[in-house]
Amino acid sequence: MEGFGYVMQGFAVALTPYNLLWCFIGVFLGTMIGILPGLGPAATIAMLLPLTFQMNPTSAVIMLAGIYYGSKYGGSTTSILLNVPGESASVVTCFDGYQMARQGRAGAALGISAIASFIAGTFGVVGLMLVAPPLAKFALSFSSPEYFALMCLGLAMVVLLAGKSMIKALLAMMVGLWIAGMGTDLFTSASRFTFGSADLLDGIDFVVVAIGVFALGEVLSNMEKRESALVLPVPKGLRNLLPTLQDLKDCRFAFLNGSLVGFVIGVLPGAGSTIASFISYGIEKAVSKRPEKFGHGVPEGVAAPEGANNAETGGAMVPLLTLGIPGSGTTAILLAAFILWGLRPGPLMIQDNPTLFWGLVASMYIGNVMLLVLNLPLIPLFAQILRLPAYVLYPFIFGISIVGVYSVSGSLFDVWMLAIFGLLGYAMLKLEFPSAPLILGFVLGDSMERALRQSLMMSQGDLTILVSRPMSATMLFLAVLILLAPLFRRANALRVKALAEGS
Amino acid sequence: MRLLRNGEFLSGAVLAALGVFIIIEARQLEYLGPDGPGPGFFPLWYGIGLLGLSVLLMAIHARQAPVPASRGWAGTGRTFATWAALAACVALLKVLGFIVAFALFAFFLVRFLYRESFGKAFAVAAGGAVGFYLLFDVALNVTLPAGVLGF
Repeated sequence: MEGFGYVMQGFAVALTPYNLLWCFIGVFLGTMIGILPGLGPAATIAMLLPLTFQMNPTSAVIMLAGIYYGSKYGGSTTSILLNVPGESASVVTCFDGYQMARQGRAGAALGISAIASFIAGTFGVVGLMLVAPPLAKFALSFSSPEYFALMCLGLAMVVLLAGKSMIKALLAMMVGLWIAGMGTDLFTSASRFTFGSADLLDGIDFVVVAIGVFALGEVLSNMEKRESALVLPVPKGLRNLLPTLQDLKDCRFAFLNGSLVGFVIGVLPGAGSTIASFISYGIEKAVSKRPEKFGHGVPEGVAAPEGANNAETGGAMVPLLTLGIPGSGTTAILLAAFILWGLRPGPLMIQDNPTLFWGLVASMYIGNVMLLVLNLPLIPLFAQILRLPAYVLYPFIFGISIVGVYSVSGSLFDVWMLAIFGLLGYAMLKLEFPSAPLILGFVLGDSMERALRQSLMMSQGDLTILVSRPMSATMLFLAVLILLAPLFRRANALRVKALAEGS
Repeated sequence: MRLLRNGEFLSGAVLAALGVFIIIEARQLEYLGPDGPGPGFFPLWYGIGLLGLSVLLMAIHARQAPVPASRGWAGTGRTFATWAALAACVALLKVLGFIVAFALFAFFLVRFLYRESFGKAFAVAAGGAVGFYLLFDVALNVTLPAGVLGF
């Protein structure tokens, strides 16, 4: 009954005209940036973050979360019409979505994508509502050693954000730790890595790093080419966007599969929606009566990954809000947003800020309905964004990045740092260093160092405090296990290869 | 010379140098104080990690052939030109202010990098600058960098 009361309280917050407006702005912007290839939700949230400082945090988080899950809806549009994923989680949607579009079924593919997103997105929010409060209660017993172990566990998730090279991911993470450590040490007031510059005494603002590495890095990379891709035509009218009854029947299991897989993968920090969509697509193909048709334009090949990447959003909010662990670049930026607003995601978040937590949950229900209503009839209109020339879009992104950074501190030094981090983001993209681990290191580095030093103060320098407490020992063990998992996989692959060559 | 063309090796070398720098700096800070670890404790350990991993990266890629240009270094010139223009724009912010510096930057991108007509470049530059002014300065009350002319 108590839980029901909180949900109602959340709806009372989310249904105020002011919050409804911000929710709509968030999902609308999210859909648009999801459609635009080359500009992801992480970059957009980073760019808009400074503009939310004047808003109340509940409305701000409702809007930014709207951008996050709205982009998942929009991301499928370019996958289906261009064979170019609007954001990384929509890669799998290209496999069957683009093939359906080539067969003249773009409308049905877009419709199935929107319906799957709605069902799974709503499922993800229900899951968030049910799982987050008990998990937060459990985490209330944590002290500094447990927090340090938790941060280690969070950093170990770098394994899942690693991409092709684990070494590069770890290096990126350590650079993130280094950048986080710049400035004045809070315990001793000693200055670290400031190069004698007074501008660096306060450290480097998260907004500068996030906008530089994500937004400018991406745009600088996109500046390499001038040509634009060919858009397949979108059928006009709601009727042509609705899938047939047979399509919906074929997708029954895919809706459920996408919802469950997406949520569970989302709860695991670091796994992310791209992995969720690949796994649900794999399961769908494995249990299908017509696996040979996958990749040639089957509707369930669109429904499963689209559902998974939307349900993942609700799942990803669980570790973010209850433990303060971001599982992806976008949730890392949301974590930083909370910190900048003076809130601290973690076990006390739900207890201390029930209005914000339940308001956010309720707004996600409402946002999903808005997205369904927006996406079905307005897809042809949204697709027109793809015709916006790059020479109009990119100067605008550069401009808003400069304004965003300058508005935080009023410092031109920060704008210079933005340009430098933009170059770093571009170099990382070119050299295939993943940027999410850098952000992960940057966001968790400060808390991790603080928790470690507080733990060692508690034990008067005795490191065994970290492993003598059951919860911290378990989490540290898990972190080591996660970090070593790729080595075991590699050793096993070598063993299988050696056996194959020997036989 | 072969190694210098190897992006992985070169990035490993740069990161190894960063690792050495972090270790040297961390050693000048207090490692353990009376109240526990000092400001040099944490950086020393990630500095060592950074150095070790970057040496490993260099060792793995030292024997490999340089990454072929086909992996996509062809458009790098356009990107560096864009970045140089951005740097010039940032340098001009103090003198000309955001409105003018951004207009010049946008004009350069559209006219010279996208090779669009003078008219289109002017429209994007002027429209963008005015749009930013109206949206941020007037509507949202966000202060834009001002130049010697006061705007």
